[in-house]
Amino acid sequence: MPLDVRAIPGAWLAYPRLAYRRSASARVAGHPGVKTLIKAEGLCVDFPIYHGGGRSLKKAVFAAASGRLGEDQQHRVVVQALRDISFTLRPGDRLGLVGGNGAGKTTLLRTLAGIYEPIIGKLQVDGVIGSLLDVNAGMNPELSGRENIMLRGLYNQMSRAQIAAMVDDVSDFAELGEFMELPVRLYSSGMGIRLAFGMATAIRPQILLMDEWFLAGDAAFLDKARARMESLVKAAEILVLSSHIESIVLEWATRVIWLDSGRIRADGVPQEVLHSYLGTGPVEVVAVEPS
Amino acid sequence: MWKLIATLSWLDIKLRYRGSILGPFWVTMSTGVMVAALGLVYSTLFDQDMHDYLPYLSLSLVFWTAMSLVVTDACTTFTQAEGMIRSMRMPFSVHIWRVMTRNFLLLLHNLIIVVLVFAIYDTWPGWNALWAIPGLLVWLVDGVAACMLLGAICARFRDIPQIVGSIMQIAFYATPIVWKVDQIREGARFMPLNPVYVILEIVRGPLYGTPPSGVVWTSALVFSVALVIVAWLMFARVRGRLAFWV
Repeated sequence: MPLDVRAIPGAWLAYPRLAYRRSASARVAGHPGVKTLIKAEGLCVDFPIYHGGGRSLKKAVFAAASGRLGEDQQHRVVVQALRDISFTLRPGDRLGLVGGNGAGKTTLLRTLAGIYEPIIGKLQVDGVIGSLLDVNAGMNPELSGRENIMLRGLYNQMSRAQIAAMVDDVSDFAELGEFMELPVRLYSSGMGIRLAFGMATAIRPQILLMDEWFLAGDAAFLDKARARMESLVKAAEILVLSSHIESIVLEWATRVIWLDSGRIRADGVPQEVLHSYLGTGPVEVVAVEPS
Repeated sequence: MWKLIATLSWLDIKLRYRGSILGPFWVTMSTGVMVAALGLVYSTLFDQDMHDYLPYLSLSLVFWTAMSLVVTDACTTFTQAEGMIRSMRMPFSVHIWRVMTRNFLLLLHNLIIVVLVFAIYDTWPGWNALWAIPGLLVWLVDGVAACMLLGAICARFRDIPQIVGSIMQIAFYATPIVWKVDQIREGARFMPLNPVYVILEIVRGPLYGTPPSGVVWTSALVFSVALVIVAWLMFARVRGRLAFWV
């Protein structure tokens, strides 16, 4: 039975609410009976901004005392991060998101990942999600490499045996050797990136949400990471990739959505959308292409 | 999910004391020193018999520490998990139970002091001590509610943790922790109006061998129900915005 968390008032045990449906069985990795699907209907996300004084209790109290709280609510600085986003992705779809900085690419990925709640709209996600959004997601610099990998395994609700395999796999990839037992803050930046990347790519999700960082990096690292990335992407049934880089989008995506100020400006075949995007977009976008 | 919560809590404690010889037993040590020092000072000051006063003080301090730690920790329930909240889909209850488990482990370390003091003074509260179990269950519910309420408010307003800290400091002196209720004449009647006192007493009383009265229990339950209702309503309202706040 699909569980709609909205039906439970104050369901505090639940995940962030999403107008979000996913079948219970979809959480088992690689479950054969589940047809992966992402279906977004009219998603809107607002992003409240709390700059400096926005967090001040004093201001909120004085505003309430002088009867301006209502007005303050109206005047709260809100970025309309996403507006009326609708699309459906089925197995085999590889979606690329393009758009300038602040167009809403990362916000859309976070919303699909179930982190941000949409204020309007409906999102249905069936399948095991793996999100590569934040490089250091949940990584604690004080913990050793081994502890960080184990913790990541627990986050992904892996079994003991799966976690042991993941520890070996990641430490091989990251070439940590005896550094495995030392706190991550002592690692060189190269080791840190390899560890982060190794952990992030150790999962095998059905739906892969990926921010552009994971395809950036220096050339030597990219060569090593490439095979790993490719197998991860190929194993995923649905890929959503956000990137500035034309060549990467052309290589991986079979469909491209161009986001502009939180709205879908164009949606279609990569070549066509990229052509019109690059035709109007800032020139620098082309220049970010990696070696 | 429980494995994740237990690991997170244990790593929190381990990290705090990593590299020290005693490890988490530093908590035990500092509480022990505190009990010994305060015991010496206040038993002289209040002219109390050590045999009676020290078991009382050890219970009071250990459970007060647990309570104030939960309240101050509750403030950072969600802000300390910022990285997790913003990068993966995770029930908010994980962060709440992480705070609760961590503080339960610390309480266990501190309880060693109580056991030691009770053994030295050969005190035994009797079977009435079992009444502390329902008391601890109330604590569990209150603690979760405090995490929901304070965790969310403190994520939005960053000056609340400071205010909570000051309030807890005042509560320490205004509550019978180092002193006993029967030491004040006038105020004793009004003590059931002090939420810190009644909630502390439903656990401390039975263990000390003085089961709390019906008034204390009623008051503790009324305060707890009020806390749970406020926390629940508030959390249900703001849950959707938490990810933007932290």
